[in-house]
Amino acid sequence: MSGVIEVEGLRMRYGSADVLHGVTFQARRGEVLALLGPNGAGKTTTIEILEGFRARSGGRAEVLGADPARGDERWRARIGVVLQSWRDHGNWRVRELLAHLGAYYAAYATPRIPRPWDADRLIAAVGLTEHAGKKIKTLSGGQRRRLDVAIGLVGRPEVLFLDEPTASFDPQARHDFHDLVRDLADDGETTVLLTTHDLDEAEKLADRILVLNGGRIVADGTAAELARRIAGEDEVRWLMNGRRFVQKTADSTAFARDLFARHGEDVRELEIRRGSLERTYLSLVRQAEAGS
Amino acid sequence: MTALRAGWARGLAELRQSFTNGPELFSHLLWPGLMVAVLFFVRDVSFGGLPLAALALPGILGMNAATGMISMSQQLTADREDGTLLRAKATPHGMPAYLVGKVISVSGGVLADLVIFLVPAVFLVDGLRIGPGSWPTLAWVLALGLVATLPLGAVLGSLFPSARAQGLVQLPFMAVIGISGVFYPLTALPAWLQVIGQLFPIYWMGLGMRSALLPDSAVAVEVGESWRHLEIAGVLGAWAVLGLLLAPVVLRRMARRESGSGVAARRERALRRVG
Repeated sequence: MSGVIEVEGLRMRYGSADVLHGVTFQARRGEVLALLGPNGAGKTTTIEILEGFRARSGGRAEVLGADPARGDERWRARIGVVLQSWRDHGNWRVRELLAHLGAYYAAYATPRIPRPWDADRLIAAVGLTEHAGKKIKTLSGGQRRRLDVAIGLVGRPEVLFLDEPTASFDPQARHDFHDLVRDLADDGETTVLLTTHDLDEAEKLADRILVLNGGRIVADGTAAELARRIAGEDEVRWLMNGRRFVQKTADSTAFARDLFARHGEDVRELEIRRGSLERTYLSLVRQAEAGS
Repeated sequence: MTALRAGWARGLAELRQSFTNGPELFSHLLWPGLMVAVLFFVRDVSFGGLPLAALALPGILGMNAATGMISMSQQLTADREDGTLLRAKATPHGMPAYLVGKVISVSGGVLADLVIFLVPAVFLVDGLRIGPGSWPTLAWVLALGLVATLPLGAVLGSLFPSARAQGLVQLPFMAVIGISGVFYPLTALPAWLQVIGQLFPIYWMGLGMRSALLPDSAVAVEVGESWRHLEIAGVLGAWAVLGLLLAPVVLRRMARRESGSGVAARRERALRRVG
């Protein structure tokens, strides 16, 4: 198996209710994967199985070559989990807690991956430098979430899990958080799996989106691929000889090339709108519900 | 190794925090303060020719040591509710380090509370006999008492679903204190209550403390007119074995069940209660 995350036929049953019906997907090294779906789709169950926090009912799951249900401490040291803190460690100070938690990872440093991150560098990376000496219970909600991310990263994980990372964020905090995750993904070393019910977030952050609905993966691809597959058509608008034109097309790039070849400089104010992922997503979820 | 080192650091950090933050510092001072006040008010009362304050002081030491069990239980429940334990689970060697840290911070807290109580109390109370022989006895009774009670506290803490349900454990604890001969000799109670009192560790911790701090003549008010060191070791040892056998099983079961959605659900419930 080559993927960092390999899931095949994953099933989960609580009592007599099936929550996951054979979920299958892979993630490569350095890939940012979003598990997108409405509430109750099975996102949290899937991610908790992969984190090793929940035993699955059936199917195969591997993270970094090991079964998460049997992951040892060495495996655990290579995984980062961003938890949604509430009021834990309130009396600890930011730098104190990060330095403390980092120490658990020191024994798992390798020549390629030094562990843990230096607490001050990490604090700077998540923008908490001026709060480093503060008690955690005095942080604002947004600051706390950035600390959560820092804690998830402190051991320099090869795989990072984030479950609904921006739920209850204000728009500014959400924007900052997206920048943070993008920076993280840019090194191409860390594989990130995040769950979200926010389409916009999945589109911004993820290299690839898996749409989970009713315990099944109903779509798997880049945002553009998903949009093309369902909506099929982009919208091209331009101005020529004082008239406005609107054209739907499956291949907007070829259409534009052709447009310039024929009309050259007469074409003005060209605008191409990709098929909206939102429409795609809604129609995917509707289709899946109609089918089941 | 990581677990021991990290647990040690964690325990010391938590202990330090408990003395640098208002509410916790207050609770460190409250109980010892109340107990010193109790001794002050009974300073002229005597029982069987002995000052009652002298009889009660060692019993209070034993009782205070046993409250480590309650702290352990409460902190474990609270830490499960607020996600501290889940963080430990997400960290390599996090669970054992968490437990080592808890044992260190709780026993350190108990020790500090004993000193805070004992120092003013010995100046206030007549009739104690504190010699070089007192300290070794005090030390082994305290150590064995903690080993007998802290694992039990951890077991209780794992069994309670929420910090609120945790309040229920206080009532039986108070009842046991009432029949453990803390403030007056056990022999003053009806015989059947004496038997029940002697099943629990608190009585034996108090007895051991009395044997360390009272003159030999004071043994006259004890059951069988003996300090019964062998029995103290036997009963506390039996509780210790029970606790150390149960705790790993119960804690592992509890840890296995921890997950992000579990913590989120508890947070929801707790916030609904507040709001």
